[in-house]
Amino acid sequence: MIRLFLRDLSLSIRAGGGFGLALAFFLIIVTLVPFSIGPEPLLLAQIAPGVLWLGALLACLLSLDRLFALDFEDGTLDLLVTAPLPLEGVVAAKSLAHWVTTGLPLTLAAPVFGVLLGLEGDAAIWLVTSLALGTPALSFIGGFGAALTVGLKRGGLLLSLLVLPLYVPTLIFGAEAAARGMAGLNAATPLALLSGITLASLALLPFASAAALRANLK
Amino acid sequence: MKDIGLARLTVKDLGVGRGGLPLLRGVSFALAPGQALMLRGANGIGKTTLLRTIAGLQPPQAGRVEAEEDTLAFAGHSDGVKATMTVEENLEFWAAVFGHEGTARAMRDLDLMRLMTRPARDLSAGQRRRLGLARLLVTGRAIWLLDEPTVSLDRESAGLFEAALAAHLGQGGAALISSHLDIGGMTDVLDLTPFRATPAALGLAEGSW
Repeated sequence: MIRLFLRDLSLSIRAGGGFGLALAFFLIIVTLVPFSIGPEPLLLAQIAPGVLWLGALLACLLSLDRLFALDFEDGTLDLLVTAPLPLEGVVAAKSLAHWVTTGLPLTLAAPVFGVLLGLEGDAAIWLVTSLALGTPALSFIGGFGAALTVGLKRGGLLLSLLVLPLYVPTLIFGAEAAARGMAGLNAATPLALLSGITLASLALLPFASAAALRANLK
Repeated sequence: MKDIGLARLTVKDLGVGRGGLPLLRGVSFALAPGQALMLRGANGIGKTTLLRTIAGLQPPQAGRVEAEEDTLAFAGHSDGVKATMTVEENLEFWAAVFGHEGTARAMRDLDLMRLMTRPARDLSAGQRRRLGLARLLVTGRAIWLLDEPTVSLDRESAGLFEAALAAHLGQGGAALISSHLDIGGMTDVLDLTPFRATPAALGLAEGSW
């Protein structure tokens, strides 16, 4: 399982793996916002947490359709299913690798990109906290969507349609926690709910994803 | 080398199908250690589906497959090779997944030593297939389920595969192979044509649906 995790990490960093793609996409979204909204520092700082959260979510979505599709195409998935690894563990390892290559870099880069939107000081800490707690759920929920659509040609769009509504609670509580923290209010409640969603996703979704994969391989 | 486990596979009255459509009915055979069985039949008769069902990738429509746990190794049409990883990394990964060793020996047996550090995307179709077959050696599984293993292999490479297969059988392993090409030393043949699922065999009258 650890080997699978490490393999997925090294595959994504190598040529054509897509590492950095999500980060660049995130940067572009964040840069585009001042152009579309206008250069008003106060307004930008106010909407910054929401924009950064939305950007992180879309950037995460970008690489999801590759999560199982590549292994499906080259036959690796068949072999993994017949290997002595629990399929739930395979899904968890791959989702975790996805988070380490997309969610984690986005979280770490968010304060830097936040500067473009006039975000500074304490606000950045709240943003990083909320992203760190929320982005693992994005990868695990996305893994479920990817497992559902794995056999489909051009399944990427369907994947987005399936997964985006499932991201709503994470987005609400994540952006709320960051916004409240920035305003100096108590952010404990949204953070607790955000962590709850993430933990539930980690605990339950690998089983659902494994069942979806088994059904799709038939 | 770890013990490969008991290579005994019994298939009883197995019915398989693809996409809900029944293909084969009443397939029964037994495979003993040291035995290799060749599956024959026209295109589309269900050789691949039968192998995938036995491998556990899809549930049987009827009957059952009896084999000891963790004794089956499946190799399908695609080799499960990662293009950006080298030959050695690909094998090392599968060896680690199956908790087995023998990467070097597998590469030697299938003449991959010279290609060891080459990324798999730069391999020819035949070399890639040899890598896929070398993967079987590092699984340490007793029963090989092979779907057209010698496709795209030249005569020399097919000879390497035959030697590896003979060594595997000699160790008490077994193999179930679907192929339309002749593989040296294979004598036991199961023709699947009589097992083809027909409406009559399924107990359906003509036009009942």
